[in-house]
Amino acid sequence: MEGVSACVGEGASATIAVRVNEREHHVALGTSLFALRDRVKPGADVVLHNGFPIRTDQLLSPGDTVVLIRRGEVPAREELEALLVSRHGPGVHERVRRARVGVAGCGGLGSTLAVALARTGVGGLVLVDFDVVEPSNLNRQQFFVDQIGERKVDALAANLARINPYVAIERHCLRLGAGDVPALFAGVDVVAECFDDPAAKAELAGAMRAHLPATPLVTVSGIAGYGPAQAIASRRVLGNVFLIGDGESGARPGRGLLAPRVTVAAGHQASVVLRLLLGAIADDEGG
Amino acid sequence: MEVTVNGTQRHLAEGQTLADLLAELGAAPEHVAVEHNGAILDRADFPGLVLRPADRLEIVRFVGGG
Repeated sequence: MEGVSACVGEGASATIAVRVNEREHHVALGTSLFALRDRVKPGADVVLHNGFPIRTDQLLSPGDTVVLIRRGEVPAREELEALLVSRHGPGVHERVRRARVGVAGCGGLGSTLAVALARTGVGGLVLVDFDVVEPSNLNRQQFFVDQIGERKVDALAANLARINPYVAIERHCLRLGAGDVPALFAGVDVVAECFDDPAAKAELAGAMRAHLPATPLVTVSGIAGYGPAQAIASRRVLGNVFLIGDGESGARPGRGLLAPRVTVAAGHQASVVLRLLLGAIADDEGG
Repeated sequence: MEVTVNGTQRHLAEGQTLADLLAELGAAPEHVAVEHNGAILDRADFPGLVLRPADRLEIVRFVGGG
C-alpha cells in the first residue's frame, strides 16, 4: 500500500485515477470494474479493460483504461471523438477535426479515400460526383447492393454517417467543370482528384492552378490492372500538386479497375492528404 | 537546342512548339498538365508556345481510372 498512501489526504478516502471512454475519472481505491460500469454506463454490453474484453469482474488499478460500450448506441460527439483520438496518437485529432477536404469524384478512389478520412476524424468533406451507383461499381467502390441506383454523393454520405456521424458533409451532384472549382472548393484545405476520366483529371489540375493556386491538389494516374501494388507511388509533381500511381496503367478494355490497386492508390492519396493537413510535408518534399 | 523535360535533357529542333513536343511524346494535349519554367500553362496556349533553349518543362500525363 506504500504507493497508494500518497493519495490519502486528511480525512479523505484513497482515490485512484482511471480513464473511462478516454475521460479521466477518480474512483475509490478498491472499486471494481463492474461497479464502475454500473455507475458510469449501466447495462454496457462490452467492457474493455486496458484494451482487452473482460467477462469477469476485477479491481481497478491506477492508470487503467476502461471502455464501456452499449451495443447499438451512438456515442455522444465528445465521447466518440475522444475514442477516435485514442488510436491516433497525439496532435492528430485536434488538427484534422478543423480540416475540410474536397473529394472530386466519388467512385473507387473517392469513396475509399472518404471512408479513410472519415475514420481519421476529418471534420468536413465536400463530395462531388454526377453519377449513380451501378452494379459494376461494387467491385471496388464503397457502396452496397441495396444502394444501386442512388446518387453516389447521397449513398456515400449515408455510409460515412454510419462510420463517423460527426463529419460535416457537403454534397454536390454535378459534373465538375473548371468553372465550378472556386465556388465548391474555395474553403477547403486540400482537394483530392478522384476522377476516372483523364481529361477531367487534367482539367481539374489546370483549374486548381488557375483559381486556387495555394490549395494543394492530390491527383491520381495509373492504377488499373493487377501489376505490383508497390509500383503505385506518391510524389510531388508541380508546385503543390501531388501525383499517386504508376503513371502508366490506364484503364482500357483488357485492363480493368480492381479493388486491390484502387484501394492502395486511395490509401496513398488519403495519406498525402493527412500529411498535408498535419503539416508533415515540407515545401520541397515529395508525398 | 536543349530543353529539360521532367528533369531529363532533350534535344529539340529550333521553333518547335509545346504542341509539337507533346505529339512527339505521344501525349494527348487534353490529358496533360504542363508546367513551363515554373508556371502552369492553359491548354489553349500549347499550340502557340514556341520552346526556347534551356526551357524547363514538367509534363504530367493522366491515364484513366478512378
